[in-house]
Amino acid sequence: MPLSIEPAPHASCFSAHDRPTWELYSTCVHCGLCLQQCPTYRVLGTEMESPRGRIYQVMLADEGRLPIGDAFVTHIDRCLGCLACQTACPSGVPYGHIVERARAQIEQRYHRPWLASWVRHFVYAGLLGDYKKLARWARRLRWYQHSWLARAVRASGLLKLFGLAPMEALAPQVSQAFSFEDFGAMFPARGERRGRVALLAGCVGSVAFDPLNRATIRVLQANGLEVIMPEGQGCCGALHAHAGRREEARTLARNNIRAFEQWSCDAIVTNAAGCGSAMKDYVDLLAGSSEDSETAASAQEFVKKVRDVTEYLAELGVRPPAHPLALRATYQDPCHLAHAQRIRSAPRELLRAAGVELVEMQHPDYCCGSAGVYNVVEVELAGQILEEKMDDVAATSVNLLVTANTGCMLQLRSGVARRGLPMQVKHVIEVLDEAY
Amino acid sequence: MLFASSIVRQLRKIAGRDAVLSAREDLMLYEYDGGVQRALPQAVVFPQTTEQVARIVKLAGKEGVPIVPRGAGTGLSGGAIARKGGIILGFSRMNKILEVDVGNQRAIVQPGVVNLDLSHAVAKHGLYFAPDPSSQKACTIGGNVAENSGGPHTLAYGVTVNHVTGLEVVLPDGRVVQFGGKPAESPGYDLTGFFVGSEGTLGIATAITVKLMRLPESVATLLAIFDSIDAAAQTVVALTSEGVTAAALELLDGWTLRTVEEAMHAGYPMDSGAVLLIELEGMREAVDDQKAAVIAVCNRLAREVRVAKDESERQRLWAGRKNAFGAVGRISPSYYVQDGVIPRTRVPDTLRRIEEIAKKYSLTIGNIFHAGDGNLHPLILFDSRDPAQMERTLAAGKEILAYCISVGGSITGEHGVGMEKSEILPLMFTPSDLDVMQRLHDVFNPACLLNPQKIFPMARSCRETNAAAHPAAGLAFTQGGPA
Ligand SMILES: Cc1cc2nc3c(=O)[nH]c(=O)nc-3n(C[C@H](O)[C@H](O)[C@H](O)COP(=O)(O)OP(=O)(O)OC[C@H]3O[C@@H](n4cnc5c(N)ncnc54)[C@H](O)[C@@H]3O)c2cc1C
Ligand code: SF4
Ligand code: SF4
Repeated sequence: MPLSIEPAPHASCFSAHDRPTWELYSTCVHCGLCLQQCPTYRVLGTEMESPRGRIYQVMLADEGRLPIGDAFVTHIDRCLGCLACQTACPSGVPYGHIVERARAQIEQRYHRPWLASWVRHFVYAGLLGDYKKLARWARRLRWYQHSWLARAVRASGLLKLFGLAPMEALAPQVSQAFSFEDFGAMFPARGERRGRVALLAGCVGSVAFDPLNRATIRVLQANGLEVIMPEGQGCCGALHAHAGRREEARTLARNNIRAFEQWSCDAIVTNAAGCGSAMKDYVDLLAGSSEDSETAASAQEFVKKVRDVTEYLAELGVRPPAHPLALRATYQDPCHLAHAQRIRSAPRELLRAAGVELVEMQHPDYCCGSAGVYNVVEVELAGQILEEKMDDVAATSVNLLVTANTGCMLQLRSGVARRGLPMQVKHVIEVLDEAY
Repeated sequence: MLFASSIVRQLRKIAGRDAVLSAREDLMLYEYDGGVQRALPQAVVFPQTTEQVARIVKLAGKEGVPIVPRGAGTGLSGGAIARKGGIILGFSRMNKILEVDVGNQRAIVQPGVVNLDLSHAVAKHGLYFAPDPSSQKACTIGGNVAENSGGPHTLAYGVTVNHVTGLEVVLPDGRVVQFGGKPAESPGYDLTGFFVGSEGTLGIATAITVKLMRLPESVATLLAIFDSIDAAAQTVVALTSEGVTAAALELLDGWTLRTVEEAMHAGYPMDSGAVLLIELEGMREAVDDQKAAVIAVCNRLAREVRVAKDESERQRLWAGRKNAFGAVGRISPSYYVQDGVIPRTRVPDTLRRIEEIAKKYSLTIGNIFHAGDGNLHPLILFDSRDPAQMERTLAAGKEILAYCISVGGSITGEHGVGMEKSEILPLMFTPSDLDVMQRLHDVFNPACLLNPQKIFPMARSCRETNAAAHPAAGLAFTQGGPA
């Protein structure tokens, strides 16, 4: 409800392109029912760091009362994009669409310090946009992680000195092989054939979670599905869209739509909740651009087929595993599965099918603080959010923590390590793979 | 008008650097609450201890600036708005449960504890905190105390005042006093009861002793479905006259239930004219008997009565009710929630009157209310970009309240007077009644620095300080209602 003290005396601070419109933000009636569900509000306790406050800041900027300056950028940057507020909101406020557009305005209208700009450009336009470059850098990182240099740097305490220690702990362990190598390959169904799916390997997934991608393929095969990894596929663009770099996200979206169009399949599956929610949002992403009138139809076809791997398997019904596990585990809902895609029961069903006894933690759908690159950018705040999470995790006293998103796995692993908990962190699919 | 830097510096010294906001960009985020009024504060402070609260209050007294307490800012009558500027005391960081006394069924909490968090925290002992405003997942116990909040289960268990036995209060001069304690009754004047519902105008609650109730052995939730709102309203009257004591008895009219159903999929039939959501609680046998009695009464006029089969169906039925305001927010850019009370026996004619008022002003008005205790919440839809429509909305709201008074009701059931209804308070009270209230107010808050210009009409409240009104307040919706 856009009632404010001064009835729009100034011109809007937004440009026309990718703008958070009145139609989007006026759905918020500032009732405040979302406040306690927001991780940044729970930690910081201020309106600026709450969903209601962020939406209000967007309105103030549109009314010309609040410049797109340091304050605006700080508070919008600090949003994890976890979308817990969207689940909590009874008014159906499309918060995700509002904040992504607010960030697009920041990209257009705000000059970040040069180092931050350069790093953002390098990561988003360079690494994540180009798989050859990503592979090259991943190899360097792998070399570093296994080298005397890493040990020496760690021993020297240099990282602590520069405040980089938590960041290094969060960096994924680069896989031995990369999933790119299997692009274009086809993996046959086992047993009676029940369909064919195309797998998105993911950018970080391909270099840091190759074993998970392989487990995903095995589990799909074991369930009678033929699996293809279309050539030419790339990063889903989730991180770009969340960062307000919507043009880059659009390029990546168009590329994926083209790559997957080449193959007929029953579903496009992913094991990363963040990628799934971004791909399910391609229609909204591409709607903003005039070049995309043609792509719009294909985008709709594409989106109809996108499924999280747990969602797809639960819909299909999994085959009983040969070696059910007699394990107790707790499940952490990834935000981009529970809040963005409203998938909560499918992963739990799969775990039960694998023979796991589920011990629910308090607030399984509270964010762990990972949120894409958030834990690298907002180290301290992410750390506090993680602490809150680890209290709930530790209280279950199980030794297996399962989730369904790669980013969450890294963050939770660092949480487990920090507390010294005797606990493994796995993806639902890895658990299911062990049972087959 | 920003504060002199010396005040900000002293506030930082008391509460810590990161506990004080004074930049305009930040203050603008405290110009609103859950309602429709607006005004800018000059600083926001987040104290963590009673001692800090007392020192801040003393500083404000010395500097002559207003203080306005704020919980979660879900209030609907502008209670947490700094109408005359000054310092907002935000309790979001004073949110610890200090003690849970299971044996005596008491808890002592800081004011910023969220209502539902308390119930969750004590659930493992089979206990809960009974007041259940629909905003309970966000609103604070401090706010509940200040507004004397109720909820669907008020019918059986009463409002917040029935669940608070003790308070630690910081007075406007900085003294810390203790009202009541853990026992249900304390000798002398019932200052605890007097303080609850005072909307932050008498003192600041810094610790609250609340009763915890045992979770009931058995709960039954029923949905009675009617073809007309009149039939539902008649049933409310019948249920109460037959002596059925429901724990909750809520009514949604056809328009509201369809809006809610579309958003929440609660299980309300889209083609019905009204539904009653009825909850029965207690010992298993008693609940079974009551259930039979309720079904019998409802069946006289209802099309159908459904009983929730399990907990998830129960939760679904309630989710519809609890998220009703929000669901309306989906289809209208703005809504104005009225809060009036009528005798239960007048439910049918009041609903007819509201329908006439909606027609007269060409507005859509949805009806949802705590039918069991006659607490109405008509939701008036409007578009804030259309000033003429806002005028009509305001006028319709006033007319509904005038009707409530004319049938022997009241202008607020649970949302408080705040700045929204201060101007119409004289409709309810004689000048002598108001004088008594004013004198009590002045005993506690003589300089009118604590939450000024709330509850009492402008002409009465704090005459001596009116001249120095904060400039921003003049631009806000000062005259009650969303003008
Ligand atoms: C969607 C929605 C549904 C609602 N449903 C209900 C309902 O069913 N029943 C109901 O009663 N209300 C309801 N409300 C209104 C509101 O939630 C309640 O009044 C609630 O108690 C306010 O709590 P808060 O923490 O948000 O307080 P705020 O809005 O922050 O403040 C309310 C008042 O309390 C004062 N205050 C806050 N803390 C203190 C303190 N420590 N000491 C002294 N004064 C203090 C403030 O100055 C202000 O006057 C609803 C509101 C919304 C938005
Ligand atoms: S719950 Fe929804 S409508 Fe209410 S303040 Fe939050 S975003 Fe706005
Ligand atoms: S997306 Fe998450 S962090 Fe951002 S405002 Fe919503 S709840 Fe808060």
